[in-house]
Amino acid sequence: MLELNYDGIVIGAGPAGIAAAIRAKELGLKVVLIENRDLLGGIPLQCVHPGFGLHYFREDLTGTEFIYRLFDKMDKVGVEYLLKSHVHSIEFIAHNEKIVNVITPKGVLSLKAKTLIYTAGARERHMFEINIAGDRPAGIYTAGEAQILMDMYGIIPGKEIVIVGSGDIGLIMARRFALEGAKVKAVIELMYYPGGLIRNVVQCLQDYNIPLYLSHAVTRVVGKKRVEKVVVAKVDEKLRPIKETEFEIPCDTVVLAAGLIPNLDMLEKIGLLADPYTRGPIVNEFLETNIPGVFVAGNALVINDLVDYVVEQGELAAEGARYFLENDGIPTMDWKPVVKGRNIRFVVPHYVSGRRDVTFYARVQYPEKNVIVTIPEVGWRMKMFNVRPAEMVRVKLSKRLLDGASSAEKISIEVAPSE
Amino acid sequence: MEKEPDVGWGCSKANTAIIHPGHEEEPDVHPLRARLCKEGNTLWRQWARELDIPVKWPGELMVFFDGEEKTAKKYIKLAKLNKIPGVRVVYRDELLQMDSSIGPSALGAIYAPTAGMISPFEAVIAVVENAVDNGVRLLTEANVREVKVVDKRVRGVETTRGFIEADIIINAAGLYSDKVSRMAGVNSGFTVRPRRGEYFLFDENVKVKPKKILHTTPTPITKGVYAITTVHGNLMIGPTAEDLPIDAKDESSTSEKGLEYLWKESEKLLKELPPRTKVIRTFAGLRPEPPEGHWRIEAHDDPWGFVNAAGIRSPGFASAPAIAYYVLNLIKDKYSVNLAKKKRWNPYRSDIVRVKGRPLQEVDELIRKNPEYGEIVCCCKTVSKAEVVKAIERMKKIGVKTVTIDGIKFRTRAGLGMCQGSFCRWRVALLISQYVGVSLHEVVVKNDTYGIGEVKVLLNQ
Ligand SMILES: Cc1cc2nc3c(=O)[nH]c(=O)nc-3n(C[C@H](O)[C@H](O)[C@H](O)COP(=O)(O)OP(=O)(O)OC[C@H]3O[C@@H](n4cnc5c(N)ncnc54)[C@H](O)[C@@H]3O)c2cc1C
Ligand SMILES: Cc1cc2nc3c(=O)[nH]c(=O)nc-3n(C[C@H](O)[C@H](O)[C@H](O)COP(=O)(O)OP(=O)(O)OC[C@H]3O[C@@H](n4cnc5c(N)ncnc54)[C@H](O)[C@@H]3O)c2cc1C
Repeated sequence: MLELNYDGIVIGAGPAGIAAAIRAKELGLKVVLIENRDLLGGIPLQCVHPGFGLHYFREDLTGTEFIYRLFDKMDKVGVEYLLKSHVHSIEFIAHNEKIVNVITPKGVLSLKAKTLIYTAGARERHMFEINIAGDRPAGIYTAGEAQILMDMYGIIPGKEIVIVGSGDIGLIMARRFALEGAKVKAVIELMYYPGGLIRNVVQCLQDYNIPLYLSHAVTRVVGKKRVEKVVVAKVDEKLRPIKETEFEIPCDTVVLAAGLIPNLDMLEKIGLLADPYTRGPIVNEFLETNIPGVFVAGNALVINDLVDYVVEQGELAAEGARYFLENDGIPTMDWKPVVKGRNIRFVVPHYVSGRRDVTFYARVQYPEKNVIVTIPEVGWRMKMFNVRPAEMVRVKLSKRLLDGASSAEKISIEVAPSE
Repeated sequence: MEKEPDVGWGCSKANTAIIHPGHEEEPDVHPLRARLCKEGNTLWRQWARELDIPVKWPGELMVFFDGEEKTAKKYIKLAKLNKIPGVRVVYRDELLQMDSSIGPSALGAIYAPTAGMISPFEAVIAVVENAVDNGVRLLTEANVREVKVVDKRVRGVETTRGFIEADIIINAAGLYSDKVSRMAGVNSGFTVRPRRGEYFLFDENVKVKPKKILHTTPTPITKGVYAITTVHGNLMIGPTAEDLPIDAKDESSTSEKGLEYLWKESEKLLKELPPRTKVIRTFAGLRPEPPEGHWRIEAHDDPWGFVNAAGIRSPGFASAPAIAYYVLNLIKDKYSVNLAKKKRWNPYRSDIVRVKGRPLQEVDELIRKNPEYGEIVCCCKTVSKAEVVKAIERMKKIGVKTVTIDGIKFRTRAGLGMCQGSFCRWRVALLISQYVGVSLHEVVVKNDTYGIGEVKVLLNQ
């Protein structure tokens, strides 16, 4: 039978949520994992390509394999979960009491918990957010949608494909279509550099002769019943399309891989503060948000390129929840703000105490070669041959290192040229 | 007879959906528009109630800025002539009290308390469901290509679904009503031009939410831009007004220029605009513009039995129920048809019972009766499997031949939210596939299929 009082409720059963639930259970918390779909696993379920788990399992797995490894762990510790259960709303009652309203086929449940771990992932940007005008016929898909159709339900959307966005998702989908015999006409990228890993540019585009247009944008979709073509233009330094450079690419399918946005609606309704750069929440080193006892991990926190980091964040959030329970709230500390320095677009977490190990996740603003990533307050530096927005910079600082900065008022992270 | 796979996909789908009070019509230039708009405004109140159509009646403010007051005041005079109740000028202080989202440079407004707003596609669906319930037969995907006339009388229509016999034909083909009119050999010079109107639709969770229907004062150059909170709670801004070539009747694309213009106009009208990232959709509709803006509503002698309700441009939606009665009377008088009231006439129709907007206690009771209410398919709009299944059943019931994803979207709102369907479109498609018995790739989005075949289909070619 379902118990109505929990130490923690985990919302969303992708890798972040599953990892959080496992860790919470291992730490002795009474937790339940809630998932909207009729199966656990989230996005990796639909990823039949490799590239998952190199850090976490030290093996190169497909998304599906990765998730099944997590299922094994889950079975071992015995995590309680609910499927086909949609978290409808969250009510904040007190720092140690929240109500989670869940719509399930058995009725509406109002579950109570001291802490929440929110791992509901991200949504994909659609054509209306990236200023694509024109027609709205059949044949336009987001990358995730196309992936679900192909790799979970075995149908192919179209045969002449234009992909918008060269992040890893766009690149992987380009190859995926090519492998099934579709003609991938182009990958269009707004920025002057590819959004994904160089490895993927080579293995997904070059190996299949798929053209990549950098500094270009799709400005219009044309087609009555189905997509017939797209209009593409070069963009200027301010990323505005240059009219005179417009040209057309005939195609029957447009796949949008133009980025993900953390799915936070439900938390914003109860006063969550978000970071305009990550579009995820502002968090401390436990991944706790400004709402006491609400922790966020995975793509709902920050868009990750590696599932390994997602899992790590899920586990950290669970540890945060335990610390919260032990102390009836995360004790007030003199939080030091984490400050973005040169060539840093964002960094998570936003506040640290300096009293325990911390892992920073950061992205640079633009690609740069031969640099040193530094955290001057603790004297930490790392030489890097290459930094690119596509690759998250992950920095782990030990408590010992941070002790050296106990009088500093902030912790900053920056990228500097290496001479 | 409807050429599209579903009802309400013409002009009636993409418009501002204002139930105008009738104070913007010049009675000496457009007497019919003036009269039927006012009557329509009254009738929609009853129809919306009887047919369970989402509607609200907030009243409207035609906001004027420096130099526009005189033009705006013309509408007070028109209101008097047309006997529209309650229309008056309000000045700044009262204006901002009525709606605090208005921009600071506004001087005042013409307030028309009887203006309302409706969900246009749901209204069409509701009316058709009720019509079918009362004995009307609907044929979709039936494109009328020829009007058959013998001995100066209409005999029927040739369509993509065969010949349909009829002794009275009503032409209400919107943008194509000139074409149909020509098929019957009447008003050969009559043309309906497409005039495009583009819109921005924002997410529900933006701060800017006009309480009233706001719009700018029409000038010789602009027709006035509206900023409204739709019946479903989204901020909507539009339309533009741009005449297109006569043959561009399926040109419902949006343009960079039009959208830019809207953004500028609404920056003046509203105190602040939400960030562009909160736009969830842009779209365009085509107004069916007849010559001089005159509706063609006539029952013809030659051929006998051919009735035009053609070139129904704005305020066509607001007036629609009144136009219907007007046409009915024309037929009665002109053709001496003896109309008897149906014995089992049912004036009521109820909407699909939805999860969204319902107290959770009631949702719980719904689920206990039907567990499919407990399976949420569209997270943005909280649409359950039960609602999708009911929409499919209702489409079949009115005679829709192809159940489309768009048809489900307009009936359930699945896919109309923030993510625009990237999470739920495939789930809706799976349900259609299962309940209609077609394979997933054959499910139709709007006018074409969702996929082209099984994954290996291209390699097998
Ligand atoms: C196309 C693609 C390719 C990728 N390739 C790689 C790769 O090669 N290597 C790699 O390491 N990573 C890759 N990733 C990234 C990785 O998959 C993601 O970072 C990871 O899945 C994020 O996990 P998550 O748990 O945060 O979110 P998700 O996996 O998105 O899970 C969120 C879960 O929450 C559920 N949910 C949402 N809202 C609610 C609600 N209201 N109630 C209940 N449940 C809810 C959802 O149904 C979902 O199951 C790829 C991602 C994509 C999209
Ligand atoms: C941008 C814009 C804003 C507007 N704002 C408002 C407003 O705020 N208030 C208001 O009152 N009005 C407004 N209008 C006007 C209103 O939308 C129209 O007056 C009204 O929808 C016209 O309805 P209709 O039934 O005549 O045409 P339609 O809704 O177009 O219906 C005609 C139907 O006939 C079908 N058809 C056409 N040819 C054939 C054929 N050969 N065979 C079979 N079927 C055929 C079409 O597919 C269509 O479904 C606006 C219009 C636009 C475009």
